[in-house]
Amino acid sequence: MFSILRTIWLTFLHIFHKTETIEYPEVKPYLPPRYRGRIVLTRDADHNERCVACNLCAVACPVDCISLQATEDEAGRRYPEFFRINFSRCIYCGFCEEACPTYAIQLIPDFEMAEYDRQNMVYEKEHLLINGEGKYHGYNFYKEAGVDMGIKNKGEGENEEKPVDVKDLMP
Amino acid sequence: MEYLLIIFGVLLIPLSIAAGLIWVERRLLSVWQDRLGPNRVGPFGLFQVIADTIKLFFKEDWVPSFSDKPVFIMAPGILMITILLTFSVIPFGPDFLVFDSNIGILFFLGNSSLGVYSIVLGGWASNNKYSLIGAMRASAQMLTYEVFMGLSLMGVVMLADSFSFNSIVLAQKNGWFIFPQFVGFIVFFIAGLAETHRLPFDIPEAEGELVAGYHSEYSGMKFGMFFVGEYLGITLISAIMATLFFGGWLGPSFLPPVFWFLFKTLVLICVFILLRASLPRPRYDQLMEFGWKVLLPLSLLNLLITGAVLIFLK
Repeated sequence: MFSILRTIWLTFLHIFHKTETIEYPEVKPYLPPRYRGRIVLTRDADHNERCVACNLCAVACPVDCISLQATEDEAGRRYPEFFRINFSRCIYCGFCEEACPTYAIQLIPDFEMAEYDRQNMVYEKEHLLINGEGKYHGYNFYKEAGVDMGIKNKGEGENEEKPVDVKDLMP
Repeated sequence: MEYLLIIFGVLLIPLSIAAGLIWVERRLLSVWQDRLGPNRVGPFGLFQVIADTIKLFFKEDWVPSFSDKPVFIMAPGILMITILLTFSVIPFGPDFLVFDSNIGILFFLGNSSLGVYSIVLGGWASNNKYSLIGAMRASAQMLTYEVFMGLSLMGVVMLADSFSFNSIVLAQKNGWFIFPQFVGFIVFFIAGLAETHRLPFDIPEAEGELVAGYHSEYSGMKFGMFFVGEYLGITLISAIMATLFFGGWLGPSFLPPVFWFLFKTLVLICVFILLRASLPRPRYDQLMEFGWKVLLPLSLLNLLITGAVLIFLK
């Protein structure tokens, strides 16, 4: 009996509480930087594509919404020939971002991607590729590890071990 | 001419209050749930009612092929008729009432019993198991609560020595009846909740269990009539509570009596909505047990004590 009256009283007191509602189209909600929204492909500080077309994102994707074709430029550097994300399938789980070894694919705090035509939900590489570095500044995969691309010599990367001399028995 | 105007007013005021309640309830509920509620259509979302009405009119008014068609079509009308008829005996002001019946309270109780038919027939004619279960629950619940709804009002009748609403209002000149009849008021309030099958006593509709109860098969404006009928029921119960326990149109004379009557009614309606916002729905057997084992003895006891005190004072 008392608890019922207490419930009614506590509910009544909510008149004096602030509303939680954010009136969305007029007021944009705050989205934290690591919010998982639209997927972008980023570039490194030298404005080269970070993506090395390793296909790990496409493999990690639980709904198979990523498809890409790898190719190489004259110097032998891999990049995707096409990179296609079907956002009508994407569930924004962020597994592609976790799988990416080069920080190329990233999810950004933007969710306003509604379309009238379903076909417009399929984003090609030119829609995905942005001019910035996204969330991870100053990272360049080829400076840390990877093959010699004229950026660093073999074994001189920032976190890279010297190459093993296969003709030497010493550890 | 004046008489026709009064009839028109008595019809118009409850209907417009009931329509407005659709908006009021949604806004008030959202206030108590820290939300905003409908605020897009018109100023403060006031035109939401009109938008809802237009939507209801343009919906397909489907009569199921498996239903008992004449009864199915008739049922929502009965609810509206019984409730609107009751408004004719309620005094909105000293002269603002359709007819001053000397059996006003009995007229109200009889009409609210007839209202059960609407729900039972609607549920039965739908030929749908959920509707039937809802209608069965509704009839059991309303018959149970009808019993001591009448009994709880008898204390007021004893104090005022009359069944006429207007005489009861006039008898409250020296003090509202809620003070000597507090128990009667509580019992009547709970019975009124059950009578209008409002939350927390919305067991006949119980959307978690029964889809929508007795009006599962109704669509379009027939559903709209059940919907408005529910709000009309709240308005009616609030108006009767305001009349019998809160002095009706009596109030300080700087504002017209109609204002005081409507003000008291609206405050009581807000209490109805507050209860919806705060209380969970009891189980069906809990409801029946509470009715027969707690409220019925309570109202009988109230009746006994009121009678004893009145005889003692004589």
